[in-house]
Amino acid sequence: MISAPDVVAFTREEELEDELYNEPPLPEEYSVPLFPFASHGANPWAKVASSKFTRDFILISEFSEQVGPQPLLTIPDDAKVSGTFDLNYFSLRIMSVDYQASFVGHPPGSAYPKLNFVEDSKVVLGDSKEGAFAYVHHLTLYDLEARGFVRPFCMAYISADEHKIMQQFQELSAEFSKASECLKTGNRKAFANELEKKLKDLDYTRTVLHNETEIQKKANDKGYYTTQAIEKANELASVEKSIIEHQDLLKQIRSYPYRKLKESDFRPYEPECVLDQANTGCDQDLTTSDLAEPGETHLYAHVPSYTPKLIKAKSAKCFDKKLKTLEELCDIYFFTQTLDQLHQIERTFRGDVCYLLTDQISRALLKQQSVTNFLFEDVSFLDEKPPEKQYRGCQGLSQDAIDRKCSEESPAPKVVISLGSYKSSVECVPIKMEQEIEDSQEPKLTESVTFEHQENLDYLDADIKGSISSGESIEVLGTEKSASGLTKSESQASLPVSPSPQAGRSKVGSRRTVSEDSIEVLSTCPSESLIPEDFKASYPSAINEESYMDDEEGGLRFTPKLNPDNTEEQEDISKQENLVQVDSACCIGKESPNFLEPVPDLGQKPCDEDGVVRIPPQPYRPVEQGLRGSFGGFPSHDGVSGGLLPYELDSRYLAGNREVSKSSLDECSDSMSYISSAASTCSDRTPSPAHLACQASERHKKKAGQNALRFIRQYPFAHPAIYSLLSGRTLIVLGEEEAIVKKLVTALSIFVPNSGVYAKPVKHWVTSPLHVVDFQKWKLIGLQRVVSPAGVNMLHVLSRYSRYVSILDADSKTLRCPLYKGTLVSRLADHRTQIKRGSTYYMHVQSILTQLCSKAFLFTFCHHLHLPISEREPEESVVNRRMNFLKLQLGLANEDIKIVQYLAELLKLQYIQEPGQGVNPLLRFDYVPSFLYKI
Amino acid sequence: MLRWLIGGGREPQGLAEKSSVQTIGEEQIQNPYTELLVLKGHQDIVRFLVQIDDCRYEIAFQIAFSKFLPLVFHVFIFQTGEKLFELHGHTHKITAIAPFSPSDASEEKKHLILTASADRTVIVWDCTSGRQVQKVSCFHSTVKCLTVLQRLDVWLSGGSDLCVWNRKLDLLCKTSHLTDAGISALVELPKNCVAAAVGKELIIFRLIASNEWSEGWNVLEVKRLVDHQDNILSLVSVNDLTFVTGSHVGELIVWDALDWTKQACECNFWDSSVHPDAQPEIKLSQSPNETSVQHLTSDEECVFAAVGKGIYVYNLQMKRVIACQRTAHDSSVLHIEKLPNRQLISCSEDGSVRIWELREKQQLPAEPVPTGFFNMWGFGRTNKQANQAAKKMQENTPMHFLELVGDLIGHSSAVQMFLYFGELGLATCSADHLVILWKDGERESRLRSLTLFQKLAQNGDLQLKV
Repeated sequence: MISAPDVVAFTREEELEDELYNEPPLPEEYSVPLFPFASHGANPWAKVASSKFTRDFILISEFSEQVGPQPLLTIPDDAKVSGTFDLNYFSLRIMSVDYQASFVGHPPGSAYPKLNFVEDSKVVLGDSKEGAFAYVHHLTLYDLEARGFVRPFCMAYISADEHKIMQQFQELSAEFSKASECLKTGNRKAFANELEKKLKDLDYTRTVLHNETEIQKKANDKGYYTTQAIEKANELASVEKSIIEHQDLLKQIRSYPYRKLKESDFRPYEPECVLDQANTGCDQDLTTSDLAEPGETHLYAHVPSYTPKLIKAKSAKCFDKKLKTLEELCDIYFFTQTLDQLHQIERTFRGDVCYLLTDQISRALLKQQSVTNFLFEDVSFLDEKPPEKQYRGCQGLSQDAIDRKCSEESPAPKVVISLGSYKSSVECVPIKMEQEIEDSQEPKLTESVTFEHQENLDYLDADIKGSISSGESIEVLGTEKSASGLTKSESQASLPVSPSPQAGRSKVGSRRTVSEDSIEVLSTCPSESLIPEDFKASYPSAINEESYMDDEEGGLRFTPKLNPDNTEEQEDISKQENLVQVDSACCIGKESPNFLEPVPDLGQKPCDEDGVVRIPPQPYRPVEQGLRGSFGGFPSHDGVSGGLLPYELDSRYLAGNREVSKSSLDECSDSMSYISSAASTCSDRTPSPAHLACQASERHKKKAGQNALRFIRQYPFAHPAIYSLLSGRTLIVLGEEEAIVKKLVTALSIFVPNSGVYAKPVKHWVTSPLHVVDFQKWKLIGLQRVVSPAGVNMLHVLSRYSRYVSILDADSKTLRCPLYKGTLVSRLADHRTQIKRGSTYYMHVQSILTQLCSKAFLFTFCHHLHLPISEREPEESVVNRRMNFLKLQLGLANEDIKIVQYLAELLKLQYIQEPGQGVNPLLRFDYVPSFLYKI
Repeated sequence: MLRWLIGGGREPQGLAEKSSVQTIGEEQIQNPYTELLVLKGHQDIVRFLVQIDDCRYEIAFQIAFSKFLPLVFHVFIFQTGEKLFELHGHTHKITAIAPFSPSDASEEKKHLILTASADRTVIVWDCTSGRQVQKVSCFHSTVKCLTVLQRLDVWLSGGSDLCVWNRKLDLLCKTSHLTDAGISALVELPKNCVAAAVGKELIIFRLIASNEWSEGWNVLEVKRLVDHQDNILSLVSVNDLTFVTGSHVGELIVWDALDWTKQACECNFWDSSVHPDAQPEIKLSQSPNETSVQHLTSDEECVFAAVGKGIYVYNLQMKRVIACQRTAHDSSVLHIEKLPNRQLISCSEDGSVRIWELREKQQLPAEPVPTGFFNMWGFGRTNKQANQAAKKMQENTPMHFLELVGDLIGHSSAVQMFLYFGELGLATCSADHLVILWKDGERESRLRSLTLFQKLAQNGDLQLKV
C-alpha cells in the first residue's frame, strides 16, 4: 500500500474535496519503502531518463546530397521537445543505417535511367549515449533535379524508452507505413507533374533549336556547317534524347505497380474526400487511380497554364541550385495529410509504454468477451478496423498468410514479427548473448525459418529483391515466432481454452536477450521494380554496424540471472545502488512470458499483497481459439452438473475477495491510480489514451467516476438506487435544475447495464411526461420538475407508473425505490471508500461489474440450470437447482440474485437476437413494494 | 405516492383511501405478468384485437383502428411482437372485424380476415400473404357487425339489413331494409338461426337452404323480441340452450336459444333492494351510463357482466347475482373475460386492466392470518384493504366475492379490448395507440434459455473445441 502523502501528491486536482479524508499517515512499519526516484515523478519501472529530450517526438531527416544528413522537422514542432538533444547528430545516426540504398540511374546494359520502386525499410536503433531509441522508417522520394532522381528521407519515432519502441514496433510500423505511403503518393504525383513540365520545356526548346537550325541552314548556303551549326545540332540531339528519357521516366512513374491492390486488401492512400481534394485546388487528374493506368498518355493536357521555358544547354552545376524542400517534393494536399498522420502517431504513442500496453491488453481481452462485453463496456472501438489488419494489408499479404499469422499469434512478450507478413529478414548484431544455453537451439530454428522464409519469398513475389540474409551473425527475429508457434501447438492440445503457462514458459528458451547497446536492424528487403533484372546485382546485405558503446558496460548492466519468476530478486536488484544500469535489465527480465500468462485474472495478479503493482503490463496477442473455446468449456450435459466450474470461480472471486476485505480492493485500485497518475504526472510524458476517439470517453469516464464518488458519499441511499439500475428498474432523477439532474444522471450512468452505443438507455434530460414506452427504452432518466398544472400531470403519470420506476428526487433528496438487502452493491459503492480519483473509482466499478458479468455469463450458459437434465424432471427441481446455484455457488444474497438474473436476461436477448433485427426492448418488472428513503 | 411527489416527503397514502375503488398494493404475488412488450405502429385508437390462428404456435392477432385517418391495420406475431403486415385499404374507421378460418372441407387453407368499415365496404384479406383478396362495396349503409358461421361456411354482415355471403364473396341472400340504425350485434344460435340486436329489438333470423342449388340460402325473419327498454348493447351466446342480452339501462335477459323465450331477467343491478348495504353515493349518482351493460361473457354456469364501472357475476342456475364488484374501476368497464382458473380480467376506460379472482366466502377466514407481522408494511396494508373489501362483500353476497389479485398498468388511455392467450399471455389495446403484450416473465425467461441453447447447438458452440 502506498501511504497517503504519496497518493495525495498525485491527486492535486481533488485536494479540496479530499480534505475530509486525510487520515493520519500509517505507522512506518506498514508503509512501503518509497521508490527511490519517486521524487522525480517517475513510475517504478520507468527509465531514469538519461535522455536529453523531454518527451517522445518524431523527426524527419534527409540525406541531402549537398550537406549530408540534416534534420528537417520535428513533430511536435516545438524546440522544447527536443531540448538539448542533438538532432543533427542523431540524423546522421539514423540516416546511416539505411543500408538498403535504392539504386536509380543508368543501370548497366540499359539505355535509359530506371526508377526503382523501393519499399521502405524499418529499423530500430538505439543510442545509449544519447539515451535515445528510435524506430526509423526510411523512404525515398523522387526529385527530378536530385542525383539519381532520388532523395532519401527518413521518419523516426524517437523515445527514451527502448521497450516502447520494441513492443510497439508492429503498431509503429503500421502507422508509419501509412504515413509514408501517403507522402510517397503525393511525391509521385508531384514528380509526374515535374516531368510533364520538364517535357514541355524540352519540347519547346527543341522547337526553338529546330527553328534556329533551320534559319541557320537557310542563311548559310555555303555547303558546309559552321561550328555554330554543329553545336546547335548536337544540342538538338541531346534535347531529343532528353525528351525520350523523360518520357520514359514519366511512363515509369505512371505505371507504379499497384498490383498489390489485387493481392490483398491493400489500399493505397487515397484522400478521404475527393471533393475536398478538388477544393484544395490540386489538379485532380493524377489521382492514384489515374496513375494506375499505364496507358494514359495525355501528357500536356494536365497543365495547360504552364508556359514552357527554354532550357539552356548547359544546366547549372548541381551545387549551385537549391534543392527542393519536402513540401515542394510532395503535393501539398498529401503533405499536409502526412503531417496530420504523423501528429496522430505522436499523440497515439505519447505517454508511458505501460499505458499503451494496458490499453492494448484490455482491448484484446474485451474482444474475446464478445458475449458479455456489451453489458458494461464501451465496445464502440471494437468496430474500428483493428490495426493489425491494416498492417497486414499494407504488406500486401495473401489471405492464407494472414490466416497462418492468426493461428500463430502467440502471447510472445517481445515484438513478434511474422515472417509471412513482413517478408523480411532481420539482422541483429548482438553485442552480448546472455543466455548461452539457448544458443544450441537457435541455429536449428533459424534454419527452418530461413527455409520457410525463402519459400515465402518465392511464393509471394517473383521479382523480389534478393534476400539479404548472409552470414552467421544474422538472426531472424521471427524465429521466436515460429518457435513459439510450434511449442504452442504441442502444449495447447491439452489446454485449449486460454494461453497456458506452459506454453509461455517454453518460449523463454528461444527468447533473445537484447542488450541496450545492440542495434537491431529490421528491414523489409523486398522492393519492387519494373525491371527485375536490375536486382541481380547484390547489395551489401547486412550492416555490421559496430556499436561504439562500451561492451563491458553492457556486460555489467546485464545481471546474469534473469529468472523471470523471481520477482523478489528483482526487487532486490532494483534496490541496489546502480539502479540506473540495472533498470533496463530488470525490465527485460520482467518481459518474460510468465508474467503475461496470468492474463485471465489480470485484476489480481499484478498486485502483490501490499497492493503495489510491480509488473508492467505486457503486450497481449489474442489467441483466437480462446474465444470459441470459452464456450466449449461450459455446457456439456453431464460434465458440469457437479458444479465444478462454479466452485473454482467462487473460490477465486468470492473467498479471495471477501477475505482480503473490502479495503484491500480499494487499495489495489488506489495503487492502480497511483500508477496511472505517475504516468500522467511524469515530468516528460503527458498521458494519452492510445486512440484519439477514446479521449472524449476517457474524460467522460473520469467525470462520471468523480460524480459517482460524490453521489455515494453524499447520499446514504445510494445502494438501493444503484440496485435499481443494476436490476433493470428505471431510475428517474427528478429535479428542477437541469445541471444538478444531469450531474446525477452522469454519475449514475456508469451503473447502467447495456449502456453501449446501440441501446442508449440513459436519457439525461426530459421535459415531457413519460410513457410506458420510455421505461422500455430508457433505464436512467433525468426528468424536469415543473411547478405548473402540466407538471402535476407529469407527476400523476409518475405515480401511475410507480411500479416500474424508482424515483430520486434531487431537490428534496429523497428516493423511492424497492428495498435492497444484498451485499454486492456495498462493495461497489462504499461511502467510506478510500478512492479519491474519479477515474480510479470508475475502474473499481468496472472491475466489480466485470465480476458480475462473469457470474451472469456462467449462470446464463449453464445448461442444467435452465433445462431439465432428464426428460421427466419436473420444472420445480430445475428452479431449485437454479436458485441453489445462484445462492450457493455464486454466493449471491437476496436482491443480488435479481441483478444477476437481469443481466442473464440481457445476455440471452443479445445472444438469441437475429443479426438483422435489433433486440425488441422488453420491460421486465416485479411487483415489489417501494420504500421512501430520506437523508 | 403522488402527494409525496408533489409535496415532497410525505408518506404516500392518500389516493387509495379517497377513492372507493379497491386498490392493490405494489406487491402482487398472484399476478403472473412480469414482462411487457409495447407494440407501436398504430397512429390512432386501437379498437379490436382478433386472434387469427394458432396452428403455427406463434399466434398472430390483428388490430384495426378507428377514426378518419388512412386505415391501416397490423398483423403481429404474439411471440415476438414482430410486425408481419400493414394492411391498407379502408378509408374510414373500421367498425367490425372477424377472422374466417379455413373450413375442413375447403381445399384452400387460407386464413381470411373480414373487415367492415364506415366507408361502406367489406374487405377480405389473406393473412398468409397480407394481401387484399376482395373488396365488397355494394352496401347501402355501414356494416356494423360481421359473423362467420363456420358450420355453414358462410358469413353474415349486419348493417341496415342482413346479408349472407359465402366464402367466394357471392351474396347469397339478404333481408329487406330493417332500420336505419342498423344491426348492432349478431350471434349464432342453434338450428341455423341468428339473433340480431336492432335498437331495442332482438330479431331472430333463420337461414333456410334454398332448393335451387346446394349452396344457396334464404334468410327468414322468425321472431321479434321487444322486452328490452333500451338499446341492446351486448349479446352473447352462453351455450346451445341459452343466450344473454344486456341493454343500455342495465337489463340483463337470459333467453332460451331454442324457443326464444325469456328465462330470466335481472334488471336492477343498481337497485339497492338487492344490495341493501350499497353505498348511497353510488345510488345517487346513477346515470344510464353507469348501469349500461357494456360487455358480457360467460362460462357454463355464470354470466359475467360489465355494468358501468362494476362487474357482476350472475349465476344461471340460481338466477341471481352471486358476486359483484360495484366499482371495479375508476371508469366504465369496456371488456371482461373469464379465464379458466376462476379468474376474471377486466379492462376499463381508466386505462387499467385488472385481474380478479372469484372466491368462495368460506375461504376467507383462513386468508389474513399469516400476513402482517413479518411482512413489510406495504404488503400488510394491501391485505388489510383487501380484507376490508372482502368483509363488505361478505355482507352483500353470501356466496362469493371477487378479489383483486393484480392490475396491469401501462396504457395511458382507455383500454379498449384485450385478448387472452392462455399461458402465452395477454394482449391489450388502447386509445393511446399502443398494443401491449403482457407475459409471464418466468416463462419467457425459460423460453429464452431454451432458444439460447438451441442456438448454441445450432452454432456448434456446445461442442468442446480442442
